[in-house]
Amino acid sequence: MNDMRLTERGVETKQIKMKARGVEVFYGDTHAIKSVDVDIEDHTVTAFIGPSGCGKSTFLRCLNRMNDTIDICRVTGDIHLDGEDIYDPRIDPVQLRAKVGMVFQKPNPFPKSIYDNVAYGPKIHGLARTKAELDEIVEKSLRRAAIWNEVKDRLDAPGTGLSGGQQQRLCIARAVATGPEVLLMDEPCSALDPIATAQVEELIDELRQSYSVVIVTHSMQQAARVSQKTAFFHLGTLVEFGETSKIFTNPEDPRTESYITGRIG
Amino acid sequence: MTLLAFMILAALAVSGFLLNRSAALAIQAGGTRTHSLAYFHGLYALLSVLVPVFVVICVYLVLKTPVINGMVIGGLPDGVLDDMSAGQVDLVLATIQSITRGQTFGTPPDWQLAAAERLTSLYAGADLLMVVVVAALSAVILFFVRRQVAAEFRARQAAERIVHGLMVACSLVAILTTVGIVFALVYEAYRFFEMVPVMDFLFGTRWEPQIPIRADQVAAVGAFGWLPVILGTVVIGTVAMLIATPIGLLTAIYLNEFAPKSVRAVVKPVLEILSGVPTVVYGFFAILVVAPALRGTGADLGIAVSSNTALAAGGVMGIMLIPFISSFADDALTAVPRSLRDGSLALGATRGETMLKVLFPAAIPGIVGGILLAVSRAIGETMIVVMAAGLIARMTINPLDSVTTVTVQIVTLLIGDTAFDNPKTLAAFALGLMLFILTLGINILALRIVRKYREIYD
Repeated sequence: MNDMRLTERGVETKQIKMKARGVEVFYGDTHAIKSVDVDIEDHTVTAFIGPSGCGKSTFLRCLNRMNDTIDICRVTGDIHLDGEDIYDPRIDPVQLRAKVGMVFQKPNPFPKSIYDNVAYGPKIHGLARTKAELDEIVEKSLRRAAIWNEVKDRLDAPGTGLSGGQQQRLCIARAVATGPEVLLMDEPCSALDPIATAQVEELIDELRQSYSVVIVTHSMQQAARVSQKTAFFHLGTLVEFGETSKIFTNPEDPRTESYITGRIG
Repeated sequence: MTLLAFMILAALAVSGFLLNRSAALAIQAGGTRTHSLAYFHGLYALLSVLVPVFVVICVYLVLKTPVINGMVIGGLPDGVLDDMSAGQVDLVLATIQSITRGQTFGTPPDWQLAAAERLTSLYAGADLLMVVVVAALSAVILFFVRRQVAAEFRARQAAERIVHGLMVACSLVAILTTVGIVFALVYEAYRFFEMVPVMDFLFGTRWEPQIPIRADQVAAVGAFGWLPVILGTVVIGTVAMLIATPIGLLTAIYLNEFAPKSVRAVVKPVLEILSGVPTVVYGFFAILVVAPALRGTGADLGIAVSSNTALAAGGVMGIMLIPFISSFADDALTAVPRSLRDGSLALGATRGETMLKVLFPAAIPGIVGGILLAVSRAIGETMIVVMAAGLIARMTINPLDSVTTVTVQIVTLLIGDTAFDNPKTLAAFALGLMLFILTLGINILALRIVRKYREIYD
């Protein structure tokens, strides 16, 4: 909406949360991701942009090992979270995913009550010892996802009965409830209308205070609005990665410029 | 002769197709656009000839024998049928028919020989008449249909209407048959309840259907309380479901979530084969393998096990139902959207937690529906219990005892010489009616649950 404000953002160096080096992904014989290096900073929104099929979602799913659930998918290279290799055999992907939460393209609340949706993660990870603690986590998560006021009177209602935008914020609350350090968002607004999109974007900016956020998006305006860092993917390679203001105003690679100005994609 | 009629019909129908199509093509060749494609003009002619004349032939085949028989009986000389009951008249007719086939006992009276001759000539005449009628009717329809071909004639709609009618007729076949069966069941059961009070049947605890057929026969008086019989069905069904439900569900969960692709590729088809095994083969298995094994084990443990146990019959029935339940549950689990599974995994849930807390609850209505359908199959299953369960009705819930089931009793009641005027035979219909009501209720419940489950995601 106000695209001009990106130039005002300060360029400050933050602690690196996740570090990817030489990441390659294969789907069977298809080489989907070719040697990608990216640094994800803490308390920063990093946007992955690029045309459809460029591999940005695939790369995102490497960051919490969701690609493990696809049989034919193979990942090589190094990805570190706080200096620890997440593909190390000693790392349990289940515990990793509690630290690296994910929000999907289509809102996917469980067919349970709103309360149970949010309490699902804390319950399976044993984050609450008492009912009161669990209530507190649920409320905090729903508040953080900016949906508490809308649902506080009907926590027992099914989560599937909410509107699309509310469902997506419920899913964000659900992801926040497990206390993650990184939040991955795979086109979180592509199934939402413009008003819901604006609400979720506002929320993403707030989430940056507590988490490192990585968002895949098709919309360059969205990337420009919400992110501080932007990575441009094309045909499975990382073409350019840097400050969002720089990528959108003064890209180094001609391919980035073509995409930003709408010539490829 | 019937074959000839069908051939004439087919030839005329095909020529109708060709005639009308070429007529439509001729119109098109003249530069006029026809409303329907030439093909539909041909199809319309084909169907217009085929359908009504085919119906005429079928009606003829159904009515031929009764009408001609009636004519022969009606044409018999006065006096020969005096004082005869309906059964005796049938006997006379059968004698006349066997004379036409050259089978005679002694020298039949002249009036029978004359009637046999008349029967033969009537049959020949009727067939000839039918062929002529078929040919003429087809030709007349062909003529009128041919005259309908015109540029603006809506042949496509007309042909579609006929096809639509055909589809309605086909779907009615199944419905009408069911209605007919239900009507027959209700009617015969009603006759049974005229002889045996409904209350005695519904609440009686003794089932001894062996009643005397002849007046001087020594036999029990007969008792028709269905409770021990339905109790046997319940015991065997319970044993079957106790075995089939957990094994079937765990199989489905394993195949759906945990099995490697290669295992799934083998196990799934094998399960389908298992569900294709004829139930009589399961019956062998129950009576020749499972029952002796149970008896032997029982003897070793010092427990008296009868040779036809509910456990053996129910256990084998349970094995029969495993593929049924597992494929239903597998379908229900597969129908849960992948996004739910991903959502749960992304929260750091294990695959087991995901299955237990998200996928299984989401699929439960479908699974329950499948289990209920399996229950109604268990109740209606006949062959296994006929072979492996007992015949004596007992009020017992001990699975190591011999029990009998509703289906077994229906089979035994209807085997051998049956007279449709005594309660022993008619009791089969009463049992059948109760069975029908029971399974119908369960099926309706199951379908309701399955339908409700479909509404969750859309």
